[in-house]
Amino acid sequence: MPELGVVQSFTVTFIVRRFNPETDQEPYWQDFDVDMYSTDRVLDGLHKIKWEQDGSLSFRRSCAHGICGSDAMRINGRNRLACKTLIKDLDISKPVYVEAIKGLPLEKDLIVDMEPFFAAYREVQPFLQSTSTPDKENIQSPEQRARFDDTTKCILCAACTTSCPVFWTDGQYFGPAAIVAAHRFIFDSRDEAAQVRLDILNSKEGVWRCRTTFNCTEACPRGIEITKAISEVKQATISGVRR
Amino acid sequence: MTTVHHHEYDVVIVGAGGAGMRAAIESAPHAKTAVITKLYPTRSHTGAAQGGMAAALANVEEDSWEWHTFDTVKGGDYLVDQDAAEILAREAIDAIIDLENMGLPFNRTPDGKIDQRRFGGHTRDHGKAPVRRACYAADRTGHMILQTLFQNCTKLGVEFYNEFYVLDLVLTEEKGKTRTSGVVAYELSTGDIHVFNATSVIFATGGFGKMFKTTSNAHTLTGDGVGIVWRKGIPLEDMEFFQFHPTGLAGLGILLTEGARGEGAILRNASGERFMERYAPTIKDLAPRDIISRCMVQEVAEGRGAGPNKDYVLLDCTHLGAEVLETKLPDITEFARTYLGVDPVTEPVPVMPTAHYAMGGIPTTTDAEVLLNNTTVIPGLYAAGECACVSVHGSNRLGTNSLLDINVFGKRAGRNAAAYANKAKRPALPKGTETFVVELIEKMRTADGSENVAAIRKELQLEMDRNAQVFRTEESLSHAQKIIEGLRKRYEKVGIHDRGQRFNTDLLEAIELGFLLDLAEVVVVSARNRKESRGGHMRDDFPDRDDKKYMKHTMAYKKGEKIALDWKPVVITNYPPMERKY
Repeated sequence: MPELGVVQSFTVTFIVRRFNPETDQEPYWQDFDVDMYSTDRVLDGLHKIKWEQDGSLSFRRSCAHGICGSDAMRINGRNRLACKTLIKDLDISKPVYVEAIKGLPLEKDLIVDMEPFFAAYREVQPFLQSTSTPDKENIQSPEQRARFDDTTKCILCAACTTSCPVFWTDGQYFGPAAIVAAHRFIFDSRDEAAQVRLDILNSKEGVWRCRTTFNCTEACPRGIEITKAISEVKQATISGVRR
Repeated sequence: MTTVHHHEYDVVIVGAGGAGMRAAIESAPHAKTAVITKLYPTRSHTGAAQGGMAAALANVEEDSWEWHTFDTVKGGDYLVDQDAAEILAREAIDAIIDLENMGLPFNRTPDGKIDQRRFGGHTRDHGKAPVRRACYAADRTGHMILQTLFQNCTKLGVEFYNEFYVLDLVLTEEKGKTRTSGVVAYELSTGDIHVFNATSVIFATGGFGKMFKTTSNAHTLTGDGVGIVWRKGIPLEDMEFFQFHPTGLAGLGILLTEGARGEGAILRNASGERFMERYAPTIKDLAPRDIISRCMVQEVAEGRGAGPNKDYVLLDCTHLGAEVLETKLPDITEFARTYLGVDPVTEPVPVMPTAHYAMGGIPTTTDAEVLLNNTTVIPGLYAAGECACVSVHGSNRLGTNSLLDINVFGKRAGRNAAAYANKAKRPALPKGTETFVVELIEKMRTADGSENVAAIRKELQLEMDRNAQVFRTEESLSHAQKIIEGLRKRYEKVGIHDRGQRFNTDLLEAIELGFLLDLAEVVVVSARNRKESRGGHMRDDFPDRDDKKYMKHTMAYKKGEKIALDWKPVVITNYPPMERKY
């Protein structure tokens, strides 16, 4: 049982990569000392900076418990959600480095342009395609439903895609998140357009660009086995879909 | 010099959560539609809903939409408009089938149908026993609804204006009648202003839980849409009724679904007693949320709380087994592990009530048309979802009825808004439409007063938790009102740091706080005026329900800087008010 009544605060140094497009030529690093509790999240630290020290610090956030996908950022060199990263899980004898996710155009401080990311998502036709129009529910067995359960968890935070070294060097690559979105439908027994998506992902910028570095799987705040999902899509392009 | 852009649409939808996107799916194929949203659509708080969506499919046991209607009326402590509740329960079945056909991956029964689970207040045959009515996808039903609706908007090519913050509703006088002609938005990425001339406008902007400190709500739930409407002189209905969900992670407010209790989890006090047996002997831990929250607070107040400070109770899931937790409740299992370091498989989880849902809001008809008073609608203006008050939830919403509400009334709003736009002429915008927003933004962007936005907000949240939460009295509410008045004065003297045009979230938070302060005052003033206890509104000084005086909806009107209160009759069809026992 946690001792919710017993609390001790300490100072954490955050080093945040700042960029204001209206005044700065280049991004730069800025230090902030913040009074924190071990159960605080990195997001709490950023809020304390914004609310008590520098209101211009800009970042996205909403739900603050890892379900909306707004606050993916690079924390000590790893892509994570700021609201799911607790201070007690970081080594605070050293400063905590925070910067925007990589590979998408930087807009301001920790905010990037998400449009290229969503464009790739839209390209894989991420919606159920079925010619049957029942006026009641489709039947799907628990086993068929389980086949694509993992990839339904995706919150489109972009932590995976922007941790991928292939995506960093080639922004045209669909990236892990779009492949996860495709996987969710390719392996859904109700869907009839698997081959269309497999053809899209069998292209030059498709699944074969994946070098299996597992960065995406490690970055996923939802614990999705992304590299495995990509491998299953690769396999399906060769030998067809097994649902 | 501010850049102003102009757009024309048949239908403009403000907000891209469940209600907004469900409306868009209905409207976009029939009318030129735009969705304007403060957040990327998938960031909306519909995605945080967990446990399920109610519909009497009767897939796993006998059920009927009439029973669902009754439960909704009784759950709302009879302040529900019964015609609206009947629509909600009857159309629930199609709403679920729509979502399944759109691709929503519901959990399945062994024979491949949509599986259903128990939830608080949903019963068989008018209260005899809990019934399995909640259709669900693990404990991420809201996430799957939000994703499925977004996927289908993508399929339809719905036009989104992402990270555009609507700050004004444009009303036009035509032949002595008020109608809508559009909205004005602030584009976060550039600081530009956009004027949308529209025949129909739908508000689907969600709730305002951020006026409380302990809340399951997102940082972004600041009541912007409700606040805009309020400032335009449109009344707000039943604002005193706010739902405090029983099982927020203690000290944090993060939601743990009622679905846990639907699967068999039990609330215990410090001595391990299953205390709900004493308060609701028939359905125990599956009593409605208002009742459970009150019992929890009472257990703690009477010294039976757990923990070093005896300030929370325990949600015991340990007997459910690792498999049920990992497959049916995986997200909340992880929340407890991540944020409290407690493993629900082996330990009970510390919980306390958390501000969760606004039953009140923008008054609408069952066709989602916004009301200017008890009887007159504003042509072309619609509202749906948490920002609206139909009223299907009365004084206390049942779990799983909000995901249902956004689908049923989101669909109605979209359909009716498109139909109206196709028959009505688009009204001309009045001169200087954008002036109000341009000036508001400029004033706030250059604000250099001595007061701090975060400090005012923090004090508001603390005081609302202290004085307007589960238990309220005349003393606590009048104290809260005085505090809010003081905070509003301080708000006039705020200063911000960021003077930039691009992604100025400092400015955004300052404007959001203005809406929170306005709405908190309406909540508190409405609550002072209702000298009875009903549903989510519990007055320690008036502990009984008083149907003689208060079987009616509150209607609050902004009159200059004052709030004027009036009443609106409750629609009663089949269910005469009875004592509410479980």
